[in-house]
Parts: sequence; C-alpha cells; structure tokens
Amino acid sequence: MKGKEIRVTVKFFAAPREAIGKGEIVREIPAGTTVGELITLLTGEYPVLRAYTRFISVAVNRAYVGMQTELHDRDEVACLPPVGGG
Amino acid sequence: MTNSPIDQSAILEIEPMKLFEVTTAELSVDDVGARLADPAIGALATFVGVVRGETDGREVRYLEYEVYPEMAEETLRQIGAEIRARWQTIREVAIVHRVGRLQVGETSVVIALSAAHRPEVFDALRYAIDRLKEIVPIWKKEVWVDGAEWRSEGGG
Repeated sequence: MKGKEIRVTVKFFAAPREAIGKGEIVREIPAGTTVGELITLLTGEYPVLRAYTRFISVAVNRAYVGMQTELHDRDEVACLPPVGGG
Repeated sequence: MTNSPIDQSAILEIEPMKLFEVTTAELSVDDVGARLADPAIGALATFVGVVRGETDGREVRYLEYEVYPEMAEETLRQIGAEIRARWQTIREVAIVHRVGRLQVGETSVVIALSAAHRPEVFDALRYAIDRLKEIVPIWKKEVWVDGAEWRSEGGG
C-alpha cells in the first residue's frame, strides 16, 4: 500500500556538502519515511556520502532529532557533520 | 496615525542589540561586553576565541567558517538558557560568533557573562565554550599552504 508523497528540503554542510557538490536538494518521499530511511536513500543516490553517514547528526526544522523520527511535508532536514566552532 | 511627528521607518531600522548572533563582521570584545551593560552587575567574564597560526606543526594560512545560520543562533540562545537555568546567579549571556574567512590572529568568537558577584562566572564561561563546540552548527576548514581540512572536536 503506497501512502502519499511528501516533499522535504535537505541541507548539506562542510565536507559532505563539498563531496556531493550541493548545499541543498529537494526530494519527494513517501509519507512516514524516517530520518534514517532518508539517509539510506540519499546514500544510494550519492555514494560519496557513505564516508560521512557514521558521523552525521540530523536536525529537522533546526532541532536535533533521532534516526527514528518520521518526516512530514515541508520539513527542512539538515545533515550535520561533527561541528567545530569556536 | 497619518500625521505622526515621528518617522516610524527610522525607528524600525534600529535593531535592539542581539545577545546571540552569527556575523561575518569583525568582532569587538568591548562591543559584546557592552551588550550586557547593567548597573546591577559586579562581574563581567569574557572568553575570546582567536584563529591560531599552526595546527600539528602545519602553518595555517586562514580559516573558513561555515554555518547553518538559522539553527546556529537558536542553539546559541539555547546555551544561554541552559546557563541561566544551571547557575541562577548569572544575570545575562551574550555569544557572538564570526563566520566566513578569518585570518590568523582574528577573533572568531566572543562569549560574555555577567553576574552581580564573581562566583560561578568562570564555570559558566567554560560550560558556554564547551557546549558551543558541541552543539552549534558551525564548521571550520583549515587552509594550509599545501592543503585544507575540515576540523571538528569529535573527529570524522
């Protein structure tokens, strides 16, 4: 049974952004897709991401979330490599 | 409303001083400290992060800071809230981080904390910079004469 599609924006920063050559993409995915499933999907699309997925934290709508979090229409998903300000 | 003697647009242009900010502009420690000006304070502690000229024996040409701006200011505000919940004697917190290309010796971050008395300001200051390096979505790329690398606290 196929649910309806939702549209999410995915942002990349620092090393993974340089590796895939894009800072932002938009993807349509089935409703109920989790953050972890989206990352798996993106890794299939951009194999270079594989080197980073182990280290990446994810924020949805600017708040850190776990990999089990379900995504919703218009969510802004950010793939955050280990931060290092200061 | 129509004959107001005050030019409303001029008033709207004056932004209140932000306590939590990410900017590409040069940082001034005095400016950040001044954001906490208040006759009730008796102690003002500041931490200043500066771009270091060498890492692991390699000469750094400059640093390139990248940011997720909307989330960075939110997480800086979160750190301020955490500090005030944890140390109730802390009166106010300001954290301003510079991003973009920074040269060796330039200031990358200024953290200022105010309190009526000095106990706890040093612990709170240390917490602020440690937490910043842990949760604020800012990344730095070290550019050397012969290469470049993204650096982080955690590795990876």
